[in-house]
Amino acid sequence: MMSQPLRIGNAQAFWGDSPDAPARLLMQQPHLDFLTLDYLAEVSLSILAIQRERDPSLGYARDFIEVVRTLLPFWQNGSKIRVVTNAGGLNPEGCARTCLDILRSARCDPLKVAVVAGDDVAAHLKGDARNPLFKHLESGKSLTTVADQLVTANAYLGAPAIAHALNAGASIVITGRVADPSLTVGPCMHHFGWKLENHDALAGATVAGHLIECGTQVTGGFSTDWLATPDPGNIGFPIAEVRADGSCVITKPPGTGGEVNERTVKEQLLYEIGDPGNYLSPDVTLSLLGIDLKTLGKDRVQVRGAKGRAATRTYKVSATYRDGFKAHAMLTIYGRDAVAKARRCGTAVFEKLKRIGVVFERSEIECLGTGACAPGVVSQGDEKFMETVLRLSVADSRHEAVERFTKEIAPLITSGPQGITGYTGGRPKVQSVFGYWPCLIEKKKTPPRFRILS
Amino acid sequence: MRVANKFPKSSIRLGEIAFARSGDKGSSANVAIFATSKRNYQLLHLVLTAAVVERYFKPLGVGKVVRYEVPHLQAFNFILPDILAGGGSRSLRIDSQGKTLGQVILELKILVPKISQVKKRKR
Repeated sequence: MMSQPLRIGNAQAFWGDSPDAPARLLMQQPHLDFLTLDYLAEVSLSILAIQRERDPSLGYARDFIEVVRTLLPFWQNGSKIRVVTNAGGLNPEGCARTCLDILRSARCDPLKVAVVAGDDVAAHLKGDARNPLFKHLESGKSLTTVADQLVTANAYLGAPAIAHALNAGASIVITGRVADPSLTVGPCMHHFGWKLENHDALAGATVAGHLIECGTQVTGGFSTDWLATPDPGNIGFPIAEVRADGSCVITKPPGTGGEVNERTVKEQLLYEIGDPGNYLSPDVTLSLLGIDLKTLGKDRVQVRGAKGRAATRTYKVSATYRDGFKAHAMLTIYGRDAVAKARRCGTAVFEKLKRIGVVFERSEIECLGTGACAPGVVSQGDEKFMETVLRLSVADSRHEAVERFTKEIAPLITSGPQGITGYTGGRPKVQSVFGYWPCLIEKKKTPPRFRILS
Repeated sequence: MRVANKFPKSSIRLGEIAFARSGDKGSSANVAIFATSKRNYQLLHLVLTAAVVERYFKPLGVGKVVRYEVPHLQAFNFILPDILAGGGSRSLRIDSQGKTLGQVILELKILVPKISQVKKRKR
């Protein structure tokens, strides 16, 4: 006999995703078991670090607090929905406290809120920069080259601590950095009682988590065939119906836009993947090579055949370090020889700045609309364009140099070619640049822990 | 390749027999290519080598390209090292995260044997 599958939705793929998606998904699917909400991209934590510098009570994704407000009516009306999110960022405790305050004031405080900690490994990296595990995973460079500029370092924790928190009765689990699929694997371990030795089941759930973690990217968003995707303005967020063996069905609520078919699932399956035979997660190492897809009905694709083996003894760490400043400026140029005029504007700005002694460590001139996303790969001939957007960028370790650049854009309105426009956003902003430093850490060095807040 | 060389060839766009998805990992990116049929997979297996993809993306500064095969899904996954000029927050390029690389590679012209009567994508 087939038992009921566990129904896990994703309604937030990144920090900045549609704010009403969680409440909308729950309205469409009242009997969903879990909502997973993903807020952290590779360098998100460096943005949170800046916020925390200004105010130590911050350092988490505040958008999540607004999401909690939108979910209150569901809980007040008896919904059993449980939420697992990495919105905690650098301050899961602070995020959970704020969350608890809101639940209290709405009289939803019988709900338990848990935090998962242990991902912050900045002290380990700072104190042991020569450790070979802390070398840059891609370039092999020693951490000593950037250790002084280190801002954040967080291990991608796994599913067990999330499962333990759920076992203890938490309705909302707030983590810092965890591997994105673990937000889905945690509820599965809790529900099905899997152990870390259930490699194939964990592999299947990891695939399910991987497929839904980017939200609408599996329901027709970002697809090659997007232009033919129905009703994109009402695109549905994904649901994984996971079975006890780890296989799943990917679907979306009826009546929503977008589509789930073997193509959309395939595309997302290999999204941001390295070796498909050797996908490393903190919970399991898995192979995608034997995965079978089967269409079960409209917007229903079954996914099975993931093979797991024991996870590695290390966590992946994503660290960030300060790497100077940058600014981007954009202007629109219209008319005959628009592209030639745009390029001349760009070189004129840099020549002017060079004359006063400002030369940048890195700079870029792009003419958007002419194939600037892949210059030299797909060439189209500059002469044929009547219009382009000139995009000028600089990066430098000196804040004042970058700031000086931002003041040389507006003068082009009167000194540049006829047909220049689009200068409406004011002076470009000087932004901090954060380098990304992926490395490893031994799991035993940073044991995950959870705590129910009261 | 040698077998295919015996027949007259015609040039098609990769996007006519495949679909794609790309994404970033630090300063590197991956692009996955999905053939629209088993036959097209076999064809791409011959012509869409790591060397061909590496040459195509050379203007973007790509390093040594690696190709992984996923025959079960009629797919290939290409790893494109250092193609993002720093990636993430560091890259100054408009596409700092490799979002467009799927569309870029689908423009690649490939030579296919005329005799194979390659079935093209409808959508």
